[in-house]
Amino acid sequence: MFGTGLLKGLGVTLKHTLETFSDDRSKVPDRYRDSIELGNNRRIINQPIDQEGLLTIQYPEEKRQLPEHFRYIPMLIWDTDKNEDRCTACGICAKVCPPQCIWIVRDSDANGKPVTRPAEFYIDAAVCMSCSFCVEFCPFDAIKMNHDYELAVFDRYPQLVYDMEELTVPLEYYAALWPTQYGEEQEKRRKDEEEKKAQEEAKARAAEAKAAAAAAAPAASSGEGKLSKAEELKRKAQERAAAKAAANSDTDSGTSVAAASSGDADADAKKARMEELKRIAQERARQRKAEAGE
Amino acid sequence: MSATLVAEAPEQTGTLADRLPGGILGTTSDDTEKAYLVAADSIMDTLTYLRDTEGYDFLSNLTCVDYQGYNGKQRKGISERFDVVYHLYSTKKGGGPVVLHVPVPSNDTVPSATAVFPGANLQEREVYDLYGIKFEGHPNLRRILLWDGFNGHPMRKDWKEAYFDEDTKPFRSRHPKGSYEFHEDKLPWGKNTTYPAGWDPDSWEAPVAYVPVSQAPKHLNEAHLDTESIVVNLGPHHPSTHGVFRMLTRIEGETILALEPEMGYLHRNHEKIGERNTYLMNMPFTDRLDYLNSMSNNWGYALAVEKLTGIEVPERAEYIRVIMAEFTRIVNHTWSIGFILNDLGALQTPALYAIEEREMILDLFEEVSGARLMCNYFRFGGVVRDLPAGWLKKAQYLANDRLPRALDELDKMLSENEILMARGRGVGYLPAEALISLSVSGPMIRAAGVAYDIRKAEPYGVYDRFDFDIPTLPNSDIYDRYYIRLLEARQSVRILQQALRDIPGGETNGAPAYASATLSQGFGTIMGGKGGYNLRPPEGEAYGRVEGPKGELGFYISSDGKPNPWRYHVRSPCYINLNALGPMSVGYKLADAVVILGAIDIVLGEVDR
Repeated sequence: MFGTGLLKGLGVTLKHTLETFSDDRSKVPDRYRDSIELGNNRRIINQPIDQEGLLTIQYPEEKRQLPEHFRYIPMLIWDTDKNEDRCTACGICAKVCPPQCIWIVRDSDANGKPVTRPAEFYIDAAVCMSCSFCVEFCPFDAIKMNHDYELAVFDRYPQLVYDMEELTVPLEYYAALWPTQYGEEQEKRRKDEEEKKAQEEAKARAAEAKAAAAAAAPAASSGEGKLSKAEELKRKAQERAAAKAAANSDTDSGTSVAAASSGDADADAKKARMEELKRIAQERARQRKAEAGE
Repeated sequence: MSATLVAEAPEQTGTLADRLPGGILGTTSDDTEKAYLVAADSIMDTLTYLRDTEGYDFLSNLTCVDYQGYNGKQRKGISERFDVVYHLYSTKKGGGPVVLHVPVPSNDTVPSATAVFPGANLQEREVYDLYGIKFEGHPNLRRILLWDGFNGHPMRKDWKEAYFDEDTKPFRSRHPKGSYEFHEDKLPWGKNTTYPAGWDPDSWEAPVAYVPVSQAPKHLNEAHLDTESIVVNLGPHHPSTHGVFRMLTRIEGETILALEPEMGYLHRNHEKIGERNTYLMNMPFTDRLDYLNSMSNNWGYALAVEKLTGIEVPERAEYIRVIMAEFTRIVNHTWSIGFILNDLGALQTPALYAIEEREMILDLFEEVSGARLMCNYFRFGGVVRDLPAGWLKKAQYLANDRLPRALDELDKMLSENEILMARGRGVGYLPAEALISLSVSGPMIRAAGVAYDIRKAEPYGVYDRFDFDIPTLPNSDIYDRYYIRLLEARQSVRILQQALRDIPGGETNGAPAYASATLSQGFGTIMGGKGGYNLRPPEGEAYGRVEGPKGELGFYISSDGKPNPWRYHVRSPCYINLNALGPMSVGYKLADAVVILGAIDIVLGEVDR
């Protein structure tokens, strides 16, 4: 019969409408199930994957919970333990950047000799394509991706050209934004340090022995060295994978690590701390912008 | 075309090179994909022979390489500056391509392939536009991506852009003495334009004499009505064009007499940028081609470079790639269905229902790659990082439960809809042979009954392990183009269910399952060189193609052994499928042209590049 297809389709829309309506009238609509309430209609929404009903989010009052790997504009890490910039001005980030939006001036000492420290570090945020290559290839964990995406300003220059001051954030800020990755890195750092120590000790011990065994074939030893390095890398990767798996089994209860937080007080405290750090970073950036505007 | 095709080729002797009618001048190096050098005089005979006798009926890719200043071994003894490159495939036999190179000195002409493959139309215009090579016998050889007042041919190696920095990245100015000039400061008066010699911008008028729109066909009405046909521009600023795209139509009443696509409004010379970039840097740029399907774009590019370099991809990474590509296909097809309906006048409701699950999938993409659209997730030899904890569980829920339900709902809502049928049935018809000869690929030819899918015809990744069908529909009209996308999305769900079930995890053969070859072999082994960010493939060329959601997405890469590709070409399905827009629309109403365009499913980022 003509029109049955139409009616069938309209049935689907009616079903949608009713479901959404009833969901919206319920005490906690589906989309707010896992969200963090900040009061005053402000929420950080963590949308459940099996959510039904209305999908839209009332930005800017409501914002999405960002996943850990979210990338926007890079930031530079200030190592609060050592009280120094992690950046050594090696320039790999500037070389690997596809739109070439990073430019660095390497610092030099009183004699004009270059030192491993940037004097200036700029990122043109209007050119940056958020590809995260700088983060991937940084050998010192000095540059990371910020989650702050509300960067709109009136003029491109100078507001969107970030200098070092605007880019630098404390290590804690990074640790709060990227908890799992930060944990992995710290673990690796600790291990590397231990290894280094052990190696130094071994070296001292081996020094005397080596002097005696200097006659050994050099070609073979270099080959061995290569192999052992590959093995070492493999072992490290395995360890990392194992550590990751262990971390996952602890926290994985159906949702991702970053998302698991919502309810408990510990997570809320963390969240608050993160907000605080973010606010400080933003405050500084704003000040900087205001100065530039004058 | 297929009528003249010899279905089962008789026992043929010798290699293909011996059988070619005009003979060959030689081959490019043996270690890479073999290409035959053919003289310009005999290219037409060769193409005709390949099409009619050998069954290579699909001119997939036609492009050009400028070898000025090339220092590799490959060009020893060849003095011609340009090579026009043809990639031919067989839709019947499947398998690999026949690659032809036609050496051309500068300012010389090549016979146009349009007489044998009408699909060469847009591609030859592009080569003419960007390289300045003239094709003899081309019906409509004008610039296509750039405008008439553009000075020079930008893909030539000696052409420099207005804000020229350096020939190759990384630019030396950025480190260690970071000095950076703003382009605004370089040219404070904003005068960066140059015009061709003897060309005056003030007296120039946009040509009205377009071919073939200018050649007004006979009036449809019989002599009893004195009617006049008029030219109407659909676009470039019009919601129905899905971006900035113009359809130049000649209509009589409401009936289309001729239609011609006009494009290039979003042109940014992606390929020139690609030549400036290093191999790795191109990866995020591919995201910006078809910005709805960044994952499959990534894959196409990664595939081409892996082919060129011979990188092995770990098993887990292959599965992850399949999962991402199939999720992308569902995203694209639901989106496309929604917007076909939008173009039909079913404003927003079907589109918004269709993209509900897209949100969920994009959330998954974001979790794994860090971005919803510009994923930049693939790397040579794998993917950038492994799946985060809990990701598979969510993906499995989507693939096994939510997506089938959503597709059923879409089907129920739309497929039997009488209005959709009335508007879609029999509209935009073009027979399968015509579509193949126009180089149309993807859902478009499958809706015309041609079961051609690269995932089966020339399997890449681990697609040969999955059990899935190539759905085809017989009618080649709007309705079938809508419905084929639903059917393909269902097949994607099928592949996803298998891939998510079988993905290797934990340990295989005593080693953990890796998401990337760089992890399994140690950092820096693949991306050789200092710091491990510069890839230097061996000299040679490769053409990697994937079955993108919109059709055959190919990347043609030519390397001279340096860290920057010598030539980087994108065979864009959206662009080449537009070959069929004119022939498909003629005879239908103006309102149908909007839907016919919608059903080709273009994204202007990929059309204009």
